Amino acid sequence: MKRGFTLDRFVIERLGVALITLTAVLTVVPIIGVFGYIIARGAPAISWEFLTAMPRDGMRAGGILPAIVGTFYLTLGTALFSVPLGIAAAIYLAEYARENWVTRLIRIAIINLAGIPSVVYGLFGLGLFVLFLKFGTSLLSASLTLSIMTLPVIISAAEEALRAVPQSFRTVSISLGGTRWQTVRRIVLPQALPGIITGIILGLERAAGETAPILFTGAAFFLPRLPNSPLDATMALPYHLFVISTQVPEMSIQIQYGTALVLIIFVLGMNLIATVIRSRARAKRQW
Amino acid sequence: MNKSPNWRETIITAVIRTCGYSAVVFVILIFFFLLREGVPALAEVKLGDLLTTRWYPIENHFGILPLLTGSLVVTLGAMLIAIPFGIGTAVFLAEIAPRWLREILKPLVELLGGLPSVVLGFLGILLLSPFLRVFLNLPTGLTALAGALLLGGIAVPTTVSIAEDALDSVPQSYREGALALGATKWQTIWRVTLPAARSGVLTALMLGIGRTIGETMAVMMVTGNAPVMADKLTSILSPVRTMTATIAAEMGEVANGSTHYHVLFFIGLVLFLISLVVNILASTVIFRSRKRAERVLS
Repeated sequence: MKRGFTLDRFVIERLGVALITLTAVLTVVPIIGVFGYIIARGAPAISWEFLTAMPRDGMRAGGILPAIVGTFYLTLGTALFSVPLGIAAAIYLAEYARENWVTRLIRIAIINLAGIPSVVYGLFGLGLFVLFLKFGTSLLSASLTLSIMTLPVIISAAEEALRAVPQSFRTVSISLGGTRWQTVRRIVLPQALPGIITGIILGLERAAGETAPILFTGAAFFLPRLPNSPLDATMALPYHLFVISTQVPEMSIQIQYGTALVLIIFVLGMNLIATVIRSRARAKRQW
Repeated sequence: MNKSPNWRETIITAVIRTCGYSAVVFVILIFFFLLREGVPALAEVKLGDLLTTRWYPIENHFGILPLLTGSLVVTLGAMLIAIPFGIGTAVFLAEIAPRWLREILKPLVELLGGLPSVVLGFLGILLLSPFLRVFLNLPTGLTALAGALLLGGIAVPTTVSIAEDALDSVPQSYREGALALGATKWQTIWRVTLPAARSGVLTALMLGIGRTIGETMAVMMVTGNAPVMADKLTSILSPVRTMTATIAAEMGEVANGSTHYHVLFFIGLVLFLISLVVNILASTVIFRSRKRAERVLS
C-alpha cells in the first residue's frame, strides 16, 4: 500500500517533468525552424545587386536599396531624438528625483508608454506630427513617432545602468567638491555607459523592425530614389516586406525571402552588437 | 567666485528635470490627440450605432462589435498558447534545464521576441495559413486561428523572459527546504516555487497578453480581414478582423476629418484605454510583490 503511494508520487514527477520538457521543446524547435528557414530561403536572393540597386518592374525585380537606406535613416532619426531625451530622463530618475508621488507618476507613465499598441503611436504621429505640426508624411514625422515609442525602453535600461553604479563613487566625487552635475557627467555616466548603450540599441532594434507606427507617418509604398531631406517620405524594410508579401500580385518569392532575411540581419545584428557590448563591459567592470 | 558654475548647475538641473517629466507629457499628449480626433466620432455616429454588428464604412455602417470580438477571439486564442507554453518553458529553463542549456535557450527565445512582427506575418501567409487550410480542410487558411498562433509566438518570449526571472529570484533555500522534507522535484515546482513566484509569473502573463492586444501587422496579414462577428465557437476557424488591423488597413485611405477618420481614431482611443488598464493592473501586481518582499525582509 505504502509502496503504491510512493510509486504514484514518482510517476507524477516523471510525467510532470516530461510534460514541461515537452512544452519547452515545442517552443524552442519552431523558433530554430523559423530562423533556419528564412536564412535557407533568403540567402540565395542576396547579391550585390539586390543590396545596392533600385527596385524595378513594380518591385518584382532589382534591388531593395531605398528600403535599406530608409530603415537606416529612420533608425538614425529615432536615435537623434530618443537618445538625449531618454538619457536625461533616466539621469533625472536615478540621480536627481526623490521617491515621491511625482516619481511614481513618471514610472507609471513609462510603463504605459511601453504598452501602448504600435498602431496607436501611428495614429498619434499622424495627428500631431503629420497634420497638426504639418511635417507631412516624412522621415521627420516617422522618426519622431518612433522616438516616443522607443523612449520607455531607453529610459528603463539607462536608469537601471545608472543605479548599478556603486553609491561610493558619488560620495567620493561630492566629498572632493564636485557638484551633482559634475559627478553625473564625469563619474557616473562613464561607468554606466555600456549598460546605457545596450539599452539604446535594444530600443532602436524595436524601432527598426516596426511597421505600424510608420504606416501613416512616413512610409512610402514605392519610391525608387533615396530621400533627400527629412521632409521626404521614405521606403523602409519592414513596410516593404509587408507591401511585397500582400499588395503586389505575382511577386517573386525569392525577393520576399531575401527582403525578410535582410530585415532580420539588420535587426538581429543590432541585437548581437548589444550583447557583445554588454558582455565585454561586464568582463572589464571594476566593481 | 562660484557664481558661474552655480548658474550652470541650476540650468542643467532644470533641463534634466524637464526631460524627466517627458514620459508623463507624452502619455497626456497621446491621450489628448486621440480624444481630439476620436471624440467627434461620437457626435457624428450615435453610440448605439457604434455598438452594432455591421462594419461597412462605405455605406456609413460603423458598428465596432465585429472588430472588438475579432480582437477578443484572437487574443483569447493567443492566451491559450502563451499560458502553457510560456510558463512551461520558463519552468523548464529555471528549474529543470542544466545551466549551460539555459544560457543557450533563454537568449534564443528572447531572439524570437526581437523578430519584427511583419516577418512573422510574412511566414504566416506563406507557410502557416496554407498548412492550416490543408490540414483542417478549410476554404481559407487566413483565419482567427492563424492570427492566434502567431500572436502566441509573439507573447511567448515576453512571458518566458519575465516569468523565468521571477522563478529564478525565488531563494534557493525554499527549494532546498521542500526537497529536504521529501518532496519530489515536481511537488517542489508545483507547490513551492511557482506559488512563491506567483506575482512575477502573473506580471509576465499580463505583459505578454498586453503585447498581443496591440499587435498589428502579423494579425492584419493572416486573419483574412473580414469584419464579421466572432460570436460562435467555430469563429476561430473563420476570417476575422481586429481593431488594430482595421486602423492599419483603412487609415491610409480615408479623408482627414471624415466620419470614418474619426471612428478609426475612436477605435485607437479604445485600444489606448485597454492597454492603460492592462498595464496599470500589471504594474500594481509588481508593486504589491515588492511591498511583500520588503515586509519579509524587515
